[in-house]
Order: sequence, then structure tokens, then C-alpha cells
Amino acid sequence: MSAVTDPQDNNGIALTEAQKKARRNRSIAIAICLGLLVVLFYIVTLVKGPGVLNRPI
Amino acid sequence: MSMQSQTARLTSPLSSGNAGARQGSLKGSPNDPSLASPRDYFELLKPRVMSLVIFTALVGMVVAPGHIHPVIGGIALLFIAIGAGAAGALNMWYEADLDAVMSRTMKRPIPDGRILPGEVLGFALFLAVFAVVAMGLLVNVLSAALLAFTIFFYAVVYSMWLKRWTPQNIVIGGAAGALPPVIGWAAVTNAISLEPIVMFLIIFIWTPPHFWALALLRTEEYARAGVPMLPVVAGERETRRQILLYSIAMAPVGALPYLLGYTSALYGVVSIAGGLWFVMSAFRLRNAPAGDATVKAARKLFGFSILYLGVLFAVMLADRLLGLSVGQMPWYVTWHVTW
Repeated sequence: MSAVTDPQDNNGIALTEAQKKARRNRSIAIAICLGLLVVLFYIVTLVKGPGVLNRPI
Repeated sequence: MSMQSQTARLTSPLSSGNAGARQGSLKGSPNDPSLASPRDYFELLKPRVMSLVIFTALVGMVVAPGHIHPVIGGIALLFIAIGAGAAGALNMWYEADLDAVMSRTMKRPIPDGRILPGEVLGFALFLAVFAVVAMGLLVNVLSAALLAFTIFFYAVVYSMWLKRWTPQNIVIGGAAGALPPVIGWAAVTNAISLEPIVMFLIIFIWTPPHFWALALLRTEEYARAGVPMLPVVAGERETRRQILLYSIAMAPVGALPYLLGYTSALYGVVSIAGGLWFVMSAFRLRNAPAGDATVKAARKLFGFSILYLGVLFAVMLADRLLGLSVGQMPWYVTWHVTW
């Protein structure tokens, strides 16, 4: 079975090295932010307890 | 002639309604793959403005009665900072065409072509929604609602409506910059009372003389960009008069926390002396001869205004941390907003 390929891949936009580097840096920054958020929400759950989302409206 | 009609006579090289950023007339094409770096995104958050927001919100939190877990307090500050950053990014997205013609702002990421307007809009909206929702879930709903209102007020009411429409733009728009200590207070108490409103008033009434002093130094640029700042519309003389009037009104407001009896004599001395110095600086600016002397006096007032506000809030903070303040005012009135 052949792999599913996007027909535009061959004719689409080819990134320059600078664009690839910028994209890689942005991806790393997003990964770091997501990792920090995981830690943050974990700590908040410890602080506030399991009922963190239970609140009177 | 009214200021409004004078505003209408302003000529601008820019099209009305800010078509620049959104229609891609700035550097960079919306079809080009992005070259934006994480630093460009960070710059969109206006870090210097953000630091002032964090500081005033921290003061609001520290002087509030009651207790907040340090972790939750830190998280509240983080989300306030992210919300302020989102508002700053929305402002940069909408004002990219103005930024491109002003020397102070032309190196910002959008006019400099380092980031695309669409990227900025998506980034800013995501941060705004995230900050408000997380604040509501992890801190309390009142502070989240205040944060949402602040972002809306700065991005929509000030940036999109007031700024290009009226010379009173920064008078009314100053409310957005004055709200962070109220949000900080609400994060701790889940309520709003007189003290945070006084803090709000201090920043609110401080904003016009602060920004008009800056506007006096940038009058030509604002005129070229078509922004109806007071010196552009009403002239230098009237602006100097308004700065003096607002400074006279601001000095007693700055001393209100002492006059109402809930800060120490240290705050009283600092706020009264600072207020008098502020009024004297405004008076010197009012009487300065046109030309270099006015520029010098405006620059001095602008610099002092930053120092004045920073010191007032720092003393408020020290007051509470060192236990100098005498507590809440005797006729303390609180109206709790329960959510």
C-alpha cells in the first residue's frame, strides 16, 4: 500500500533555510511553553486539590 | 471650532480605518512563509508596559486584605501579564499602519516586516482567551471578568475607536492601564472596594499629563500619522494648560490613600511632596517659552511622571510589607460581588 501523499508537496512552497530555521525555533518555543504549562497546571492541582474546577458560579 | 471638527480636518497619508496591516500594504506579503522568531512574538507583548502592569497588579494583591496562596498569586500575576501582552499585541496589529510612520514605533515587528499581521492577530486572540479562561478557572471569575474587560477596553475601545477619533483618547483610554491593581485586588478578595478604586483613580488621572508630555515631544509625528493627540488638534499652548490642570487634580488624588487613613505617614509625605513637585513641573512647562525650553520641560515632566507613579506604588507596597500602614479606613465600605 502506498503512503498517502499530498499532491501539492511536489509543487508547493519550498522553504528557504532561514524560513526552516525560524519555523524550528518557533516550534521549540511552543514546545517549551507547553511543557511549562503542564508543570504549572500540575502544581496548581496540587495546591488547590482535585476540586480545582469545582467552583460556585 | 470644536476639537472634533478640527480632528476631521487633519490630513493623513494613511487610509482611514487602518487598512494597512490587514491588507498587506506593509513590508512582507501574507503569502510568504513566516520568518518570525520567538523574540519577535515576545516583542509583540510590549514587555516594558507589561512590567508596569505586573508591578501595579502586584501592589493591588499585596495591599488587599486576606490571603492568597503564593502559587495562586503568582499564577494570577502571570495571567494578568499574558492578558496585558495580548492587549498589546492586538494594539500592534491594529496600529501597524501608524507604527510604520512614527520613528518611535517603526521598528516594531509588523512594520519592520518581521512578522505577518495575520500571525499577530491569531497569537493575540489565543493569548487573550487563554489568559481570561485560565484566570477564571484557577483564580476567580471576578478577576477574569476584569481582565477580559481590560483587554477589550484597550484593544477595542482605545485602539480601534478612541485613538483615531478624539483628542480625549488617552483620557478615556487610560482606564485600561489603571485596572491592573483592581484585578490584583480582586484576585485576592473576590471583591471590589474603595481602596482599589482609589488606586485606579491615581493611574487614571495620572495618564493624561504623562502622555501629553510625551505627545508634546512627538507632535509632528502624530500629525503626520493622523492621530488627533491634543497638541496636534488643540495646539501646544492648550496642551500645556491641560497638563497643568490635570496635574493639579492629580496631586490630591495621589495623596488620597493617606488622606483616607489607610496608609502610613511615609506614604503621606511622599505622595504630597511628589504631587507638589509634579504640579511645579507642570507649571514650569506651562510657562516655558516655545521651542527648546518647552521640549526640555516636557521631557523633564515625562520622566518625573514615571518616577512619581512608580514611587507611589512602591511606597504602598513597602507600607504593607513593613507593616507601616494602619489598616483599612474606619468608614470602610465594601460592596462584595459574589460570583
